[in-house]
Amino acid sequence: MPDVQPLVSDFVLKLKRRKVEGSHAVARQTAELLRSVVSQHRMGSSANQAAALADAVRAVGEQLIAANPIGVMAKFFSSTNVDMQDMNSRMLWPGVNPAELAVGNIVRRVLHIIKEEDISSTAVGIEGLSVTVDSDDEYDSEHDDGPALSAAVLAAHARNALRAPSLQTLLEDIPVSPAISRTASSTGDSDGKSKSAGDKSSTRKLKHDVITAIGDLIDEIDSCYEPISEQAVELIHQNEVILTLGRSRTVKEFLYAAKEKKRSFRVFVAEGAPRYQGHVLAKELVEKGVQTTVITDSAVFAMISRVNMVIVGAHAIMANGGVIAPVGMNMVALAAQRHAVPFVVVAGSHKLCPLYPHNPEVLLNELKSPSDLLDFGEFSDCMNFSTQDGSPLLNVVNPTFDYVPPKLVSLFVTDTGGHSPSYMYRLIAEYYSADDLVVRRKSGS
Amino acid sequence: MDIRRPPPRSSSGGVEPRFRQVGFVTSAEPEAEPAPAASPPAPDGLSTGARSPVMIPPPLIPDHLHAPVPVPVPAPASESQSFMPSSPPPASSSRLEAASDLDDDDDVDVSWARPPPPALPEPYKRYLTEKKNEDAPASFSQKPKLSRAERRATQEAQRAAKAAAKEAGLKSTAMASDVNTKLSKQPKTAKTSLKKDMTQVNPPVASDKKTSVHPPDKDRKKDGPQPRMQFDNAHRVVKAKKRSIVNQSEAQNRVELFRHLPQYAHGTQLPDLESKFFQPDLMHPSVYKVGLQYLSGNISGGNARCIAMLLAFREAINDYSTPAEKILSRDLTAKISSFVSFLIECRPLSISMGNAIRFLKNRITKLPLTLSESEAKASLQSDVDRFINEKIIVADKVIVSHAVTKIRDDDVLLTYGSPSVIEMIFDHAHEIGKRFRVVVVDSRPNLEGQGLLRRLVAKGISCTYTHINAVSYIMHEATRVFLGASSVLSNGTVYSRAGTASVAMVAHAFGVPVLVCCEAYKFHERVQLDSICSNELGDPDAISRVPGGKSSSHLKNWADNENFHLLNLKYDITPSDYVSMLITDYGMLPPTSVPVIVREYRREHFIACTIDLLHWHGLLNHLGQSELPASKDCCFDTEQTPHMCADAKSKAFSALDMCSSPKGRGEPQHCCRLATPMGTLIPGSLQPDGPSTSPFSELSENVVRN
Repeated sequence: MPDVQPLVSDFVLKLKRRKVEGSHAVARQTAELLRSVVSQHRMGSSANQAAALADAVRAVGEQLIAANPIGVMAKFFSSTNVDMQDMNSRMLWPGVNPAELAVGNIVRRVLHIIKEEDISSTAVGIEGLSVTVDSDDEYDSEHDDGPALSAAVLAAHARNALRAPSLQTLLEDIPVSPAISRTASSTGDSDGKSKSAGDKSSTRKLKHDVITAIGDLIDEIDSCYEPISEQAVELIHQNEVILTLGRSRTVKEFLYAAKEKKRSFRVFVAEGAPRYQGHVLAKELVEKGVQTTVITDSAVFAMISRVNMVIVGAHAIMANGGVIAPVGMNMVALAAQRHAVPFVVVAGSHKLCPLYPHNPEVLLNELKSPSDLLDFGEFSDCMNFSTQDGSPLLNVVNPTFDYVPPKLVSLFVTDTGGHSPSYMYRLIAEYYSADDLVVRRKSGS
Repeated sequence: MDIRRPPPRSSSGGVEPRFRQVGFVTSAEPEAEPAPAASPPAPDGLSTGARSPVMIPPPLIPDHLHAPVPVPVPAPASESQSFMPSSPPPASSSRLEAASDLDDDDDVDVSWARPPPPALPEPYKRYLTEKKNEDAPASFSQKPKLSRAERRATQEAQRAAKAAAKEAGLKSTAMASDVNTKLSKQPKTAKTSLKKDMTQVNPPVASDKKTSVHPPDKDRKKDGPQPRMQFDNAHRVVKAKKRSIVNQSEAQNRVELFRHLPQYAHGTQLPDLESKFFQPDLMHPSVYKVGLQYLSGNISGGNARCIAMLLAFREAINDYSTPAEKILSRDLTAKISSFVSFLIECRPLSISMGNAIRFLKNRITKLPLTLSESEAKASLQSDVDRFINEKIIVADKVIVSHAVTKIRDDDVLLTYGSPSVIEMIFDHAHEIGKRFRVVVVDSRPNLEGQGLLRRLVAKGISCTYTHINAVSYIMHEATRVFLGASSVLSNGTVYSRAGTASVAMVAHAFGVPVLVCCEAYKFHERVQLDSICSNELGDPDAISRVPGGKSSSHLKNWADNENFHLLNLKYDITPSDYVSMLITDYGMLPPTSVPVIVREYRREHFIACTIDLLHWHGLLNHLGQSELPASKDCCFDTEQTPHMCADAKSKAFSALDMCSSPKGRGEPQHCCRLATPMGTLIPGSLQPDGPSTSPFSELSENVVRN
């Protein structure tokens, strides 16, 4: 798609240069980009329209996900020393952009949408074209049970293929294995078959549906704060003392909503050095009339004993219920656990990431410029020192994210309601199809 | 501030000296080391490196005196209040406490200096008889009952007083409690009037709310630590302000949770103080200088502050001359107290400073009257020098020699902030050729770690620097965490720079051993459960200033909005379960052994004092209870009468007493601590007693069972 390539590379560049930051902005822009990719995609006369569309999206998504900022970091750290172990390990897992998992999430969501739309249209198509299927019987010689498939069964299969097995689907009345295996292996073929047999309007409808669905997704990303903040009143009581760290728009909206419902509560805001986003949040809260106290990050442990609830935002929620959050959050979570204070994470569903983290502190982290921590001017004399083997004596580590393991999280509040960490995998199964979890694999094959 | 002339001993002495007791920081007297093998490693710890650092040196107490001190437990509480506004206590409160200390000291002083008074004051006699009873098993249980009954009586009296106060329509609680105090004290005769007098003169101390709640009888007093001044009581704050030298204005937008701590607008005191610099008679210039340095933050860090203060006092002592018609020991104590109260106004004392002050005052009160002024001054100055040398400098060396054994090659040592001992450890380990890397974790607003980082890098030690937020990230690499401490409290909690607890917690979560290095003179008997009740508040504006000025606009004019608060907490409490090991000049200990060190420390001090005293009085040869110079404390009784201690049962009782008598019955936090321990506290606190441990604990267990 030569027409969208400039757009894509522009966005990739933005990602690499950290022009776009924050999972919300990234998610939204990714979705918009993919929408334009889909709309510009020329539906060829190939057998499988949906697969072609998915491939196009996947190709773009791969580029976006690969917008890995390692090069940028290396430049930043040339004066000081980055742990080589970190760098190496990150090299080993290049498919994942450590900074913005939201890109991958949205790409997967779009792929899922395409698949879903395709299947629903197929189901409709099959219902209308049952005669055609019958007539195709001799063509697909191995499909002896073709005629027996009703549209309803096919829809059930589709759901099956899209969603991870769960109790709900198990309980539904589903035909036995041969049908399932057939669907899994050759739905695409038979779909393409039926579609190619069908009229052109169905492909156009597919594309249109996909674009509409992506539009819905964008709306959902934009408005995810409302359903979350609606739950605020149920979770915040009168005279509550709340602690938060850094700044999250979701947290802000959440607290605003509680304040608007005439709840009076106090908020301790840990400033979140070295980015000091807590100052911004504190200012915003005070403007709304919330009693706010800014504390240093080091005072979190001292204050947590007087706190009723910790409410924080997240950067990404992993499939195991762990949270990638602004740096310092693990400390807060541990302190909260020590004092049995509920640790609540509020996050929109676009932050749900279908990956299971491995060594996330290192692999899903991002090291920023050490100048946030140390003034290079002041420490320029120390930069020259080095050991015998030439490696510098002074290292500065400035990670962006922390990983909070699921056992430290009491509750997730998402736009679909409150969930426990152990339920996250299921929520993820609602939004993503299992085939897309690794975006790269498909394109390689 | 003009300190109230201390009341004559005969009247108020009945109460005071008892809980006055002894500073627990006094260094060992040379005479107190009869057995060279048993001397602590302190003075020559480095040279005699052969001694295993893990071993706890036996206490330097003659064998015949090795029996446990029967009633030292009450002492800690009272000590803490009277001498030490430990930790960073509210400014003027501790100042006034100091003033009251002064009174105490004078009492004590007189009692020691003079031959025993012809007739013991009534309370004393009763006390002594109580003590005797306690030694007899039969009447063992009598004592608590008695005191409880007394307490109940006084409480009822108080309640009545309160009701009366309410009826009288007194709106302010302060007033009520004032009345309360007076009412509850009425039963007491001679000294009550004096007490009242004091109450009026020193309102924040004597009429402090909790003081009034405490029944005036002495048993009660030694139990609960004297409360520090609570700054949420406007009435008392106003009174306290009247007597302060430093002009201070309250900071704006105080955090509700910390109303009980003093917080002053930063920078308002300095110009005022500077303008007063040349006013004569206000303060000794060296003390004044130190005070200004505290205020401006030029001197920070527990040891540095303590040494600076002691040196200033030393100089002041040097320039001191006793006014006519006054006794050196009294007048000098008053002088020191006024110095201390000035320093507290500049910045709340640290616990270590409180201990040092206590030591110094003790030395002053213990000065024999026979000494001429110049001799006394010389002796005091050498005492101060010895304290600095033994308790701080040599202690640090011993700690370093211990800690270095815990550093292996290729270790990654994480530290937080810039503790001076830790820096010495790293330096020494580097000098002896260990290969290791240091992770310096730092935090706003002071960023002290940068100084440490710079010094370590300059010495060629490989360093990693990061913020406290990233501690979970960097903890993977660390193999040891070395932390400093401002104080270690007797429940094993570590009172230290804010953020230490977080670092220790993360280390605990990652399974990295946490080693806290702290000189034993910083230990304190107080207990604390959270970081809220007692803390120090720093300048809130320091938080709004951000390096690089990135978001300075966000918090500009924060004080204009009454909903906006900034909180700059200076210290926090690290629970003892996060601490793997304490490294002190007494060896390496588990945090559960802190009370033992505190006890042993005090005992060592007691012995020293006792022997001093006995020597002076020529009583060394005939130790009899009757000849005791108005014993100021039951510990003294037992120390001086070894035959009593030799009795196994009294041993057991004293152990039991120690374990069972709650240090602070008055305060819920103490009870909280002591609710469980019966079983655990006994073995835990006896653990490092060496060979004497097992019979000891067995005995006490037996007693518990019986």
